[in-house]
Amino acid sequence: MLVSVEPFDTKGSEKNNTTRIGSPEIDRMKIIVAIKQVPERDAQIRIDAAGKWIEESDIQWALNESDAYALEEALQLKEKHGGEVVVLSAGPERVGSTIREALAKGADRAIQIDCAGLGNFDALGVARLLAAAVKPENPDLVLTGLQSDDLGQGQTGVILAELLGLPHASLILHVEKTEIGLTVKRELEEGWFQSVELPTPAVLTIQSGGNKLRYATLMGIKRAKTKEVRTIAAAELAPGSAPVVVLEGVSLPTKQKSTQMLPGTPKEAAAALVEKLKSEARVL
Amino acid sequence: MSGIWVVVEEREGGIGRISWEAVAAGQKLATLTGLAVNAVIPGAQSEAVAAEVAVRALGKVVRIEHPLLAAYTADGFTLALQQFFEAEKPEYVVFPHTYQVRDYAPALAARLGQVLIGDVVAIGSEGTAGNTPVFTRQLMQGRLNGFYRHTEGGPCFVSVQAGAFRADAIETGSAEVTVFSPAIEPAQIRTRPSERFRGSAQTVDLGSAQMIVSVGRGIKDAANLPLVQELATALGAELGASRPICDNGWLTMDRQIGSSGQTVSPKLYLAVGISGAIQHLVGMKGSQCVVAINKDQNAPIFEAADYGIAGDLFEVVPALTEAVKAARQ
Repeated sequence: MLVSVEPFDTKGSEKNNTTRIGSPEIDRMKIIVAIKQVPERDAQIRIDAAGKWIEESDIQWALNESDAYALEEALQLKEKHGGEVVVLSAGPERVGSTIREALAKGADRAIQIDCAGLGNFDALGVARLLAAAVKPENPDLVLTGLQSDDLGQGQTGVILAELLGLPHASLILHVEKTEIGLTVKRELEEGWFQSVELPTPAVLTIQSGGNKLRYATLMGIKRAKTKEVRTIAAAELAPGSAPVVVLEGVSLPTKQKSTQMLPGTPKEAAAALVEKLKSEARVL
Repeated sequence: MSGIWVVVEEREGGIGRISWEAVAAGQKLATLTGLAVNAVIPGAQSEAVAAEVAVRALGKVVRIEHPLLAAYTADGFTLALQQFFEAEKPEYVVFPHTYQVRDYAPALAARLGQVLIGDVVAIGSEGTAGNTPVFTRQLMQGRLNGFYRHTEGGPCFVSVQAGAFRADAIETGSAEVTVFSPAIEPAQIRTRPSERFRGSAQTVDLGSAQMIVSVGRGIKDAANLPLVQELATALGAELGASRPICDNGWLTMDRQIGSSGQTVSPKLYLAVGISGAIQHLVGMKGSQCVVAINKDQNAPIFEAADYGIAGDLFEVVPALTEAVKAARQ
């Protein structure tokens, strides 16, 4: 940034003072964003031979949607206040591609917790791994998505706050840095919101839709290749403890409502539907 | 050990339907396990709410009362319930799966070394030894069911999805109401919540609409929206949307249907290119007649639909608009 260099301008020196008080040195934030790699939204689901989980071999993977919004919020806070954005993700080797995507979008460095799969952990077990990796970093802020698109438990951020002994707020759409900490906009049900003030360091779970997501630029993708990704083995972080809650099996949902599927060409199906809505459902 | 405790949520001085559904889920657990069901209400002035709860078939009703619980905070509620459950040592704790519960129940469970089984849609015990309950949750945005079991030791924390249990099936009775006073210091509450407020002016009232054409991700681009608008116009229907459409700014937030948007119950709900994630379904499952158009024949929206067309919406919707126009002439 260019600063006024006129030597005898008192306004200029005042401006310099202000700059110093609010300088990036004091204002800057170290933000950790916990992200998860999940099956792509349109992935075809096949149940594995054991009936315990889905067949992962033929799945395309993507960055969890609300985690993408958490990353975006972190990048915008860094652009405003200065600082560092560190992404953190747990999972097997494949998670590396999602980490590179986050680095390409602008995160500064990454920590990957290497574990064969998250299937052997419950929500508390995963949060313990993440907490152990976050702690030595001493961040000002930890962000994560509201919930994962695969398991949808929506607990990781809240448990993480509990384990780190930090205050938290969930379902956050907007984050404002203040003198004493943060003011955040929290989504409630049925179109209501509230704002919450909380001190930093803090943990926030981010709802999707608060910001417009950026795309990685070609330059960003290139630079991501040189950024630091530190890998830590899960066993180094937290002693393996037996899960409290176990996913025993999965199944495809069975239809609860008897849905009449209308076959034929689009024109035939449309005509059949209008007829049904008139004579059977009587809603037209 | 003190059986099953249902945490009833006070909402604007009353009790939301989902809290009654949590009571029904507690009674279902009682049938499976033979344990007694009780209810607990955290708050600052819950006499009236407790009186309403006490006329149901429950063992005990406890008001956890403290001035610092007047406004919800995760710190206050976690602390109060932690103290209460450490004293009571329940086998099961059942919550309604509300935004409030999502904000503190995972931390409460973790503090007691437990894990919340959240957003449960069914409780059963089929094929298990000794009637151990198995909790069904929806995975992969409703495209997969997962069966969860709590291992032994400590309370099992469960939250139940809106609409999964029948609130009208709760039996009446009369329970004694007592008060539990937790020890909470103001300094232990680290967050300061404001009063709740509405978002942008609500200009569309989908709640009273007779017909709604609702559009989801399948529309691919804002430029394709006129296609759906034409169908809505032909039907005389309001236009609604799933969350991603509003997140992208393609339609205003007041057209969003689902847990974070409006709850609707029109005569006809026509879902176009909506896969049917739980968050959307809870906002529209009260509709009288549901039609789904989606290219993926396994999309969960078809399970909530009376009529379905598995096909390309870009072909089906224009054909349907024409058919509606022809029928209306």
